[in-house]
Amino acid sequence: MGKFLETIKPYISSEVFLLMIVMGSFLLGVYIYKRTKITLLQPLLISMLIIIPFLKITGIDYQTFCNQTQILNFMLGPSVVALGYVLYEQIEYLKGNVVSILTAVFTGSVVGILSVMLIAKLMGADHILISSLAPKSVTTPIAMSLAEKNGGIPALTAAFVVICGIFGGLVGPIILRRIGIKSKIAQGLAMGSSAHALGTARAMEMGAVEGAISGLAIGIMGIMTALLIPFAERLF
Amino acid sequence: MIKGSFYILLFYFLGEMLSLLMNNFIPGSVLGMILLFLSLFFKVIKPENVKDVAIVITKNMAVFFVPAGVGLMVYAELFSKSLFTILIAIAISTILTIITVSLVQDNFEKRRKKGETNHG
Repeated sequence: MGKFLETIKPYISSEVFLLMIVMGSFLLGVYIYKRTKITLLQPLLISMLIIIPFLKITGIDYQTFCNQTQILNFMLGPSVVALGYVLYEQIEYLKGNVVSILTAVFTGSVVGILSVMLIAKLMGADHILISSLAPKSVTTPIAMSLAEKNGGIPALTAAFVVICGIFGGLVGPIILRRIGIKSKIAQGLAMGSSAHALGTARAMEMGAVEGAISGLAIGIMGIMTALLIPFAERLF
Repeated sequence: MIKGSFYILLFYFLGEMLSLLMNNFIPGSVLGMILLFLSLFFKVIKPENVKDVAIVITKNMAVFFVPAGVGLMVYAELFSKSLFTILIAIAISTILTIITVSLVQDNFEKRRKKGETNHG
């Protein structure tokens, strides 16, 4: 087994093979997610659960994996830029609600960032962990670049964003019902700004308007959080 | 497709340059997103120019996170050691965010409705 592994190692640590594994495991993740409809089983999570053990068993180190799949990592930047178009598409929902939507998301962003940092600090988290937690409510590529710029660890942030999205997607509709929010705009905004794409997926199930507003909230929340985190970092 | 890729990369580059001018205060990709949005809004570029590419890459965005997500294996110890703190902090903060955002928006709408009935 050991000798066999040595022989095939150059092939399984090649660019082609590793990219294929990423796509394949993600595809399997999409399949499992669609089949089971369990929010916890995100394709990203499933893909990670397949690749991490694979790398551990074959002894391919993370640095090698990262170098070979560089192209995917690069695409995070352009995909954030492309969100500008998605935001533009939802612009009609902004009409007549600009002030309230911006105020609501801004307040939510302040509360979200400060509360997660404060709670983590009170529970004894170190600075790296606090900085990695701060952008948890925004979409992954934005969150990761914010973590990197502000002394956090992007990989940890990616995991926190997924945890936050799953949690927000699950409890969001329950909380909104509890506190008696009937406004479709308020519901969509809350889902998108607290739980990004996963919240938006749930908001889509609530209705088309809620879904579109939630998508809008992802973009605004990303911008607000990017503007606020450098200031919040100075407080902690 | 090529036109769209060009524009996305152009705005990414402009965002990076702006970020440099701002001492990297805000990531270049986020600034690129804002610049693209503003250019579409003020009709500097046509939506059709970026539409195809923008839709393709944002629809399939999650797969781009995989390499970064796998990076968690390097920090597995830190992650599992602080798991309780992480979960509590995220849960409470997420609930507070949901409540804040929805209440602020809801209040704005209620106040406006009241104003409309008073005037009408």
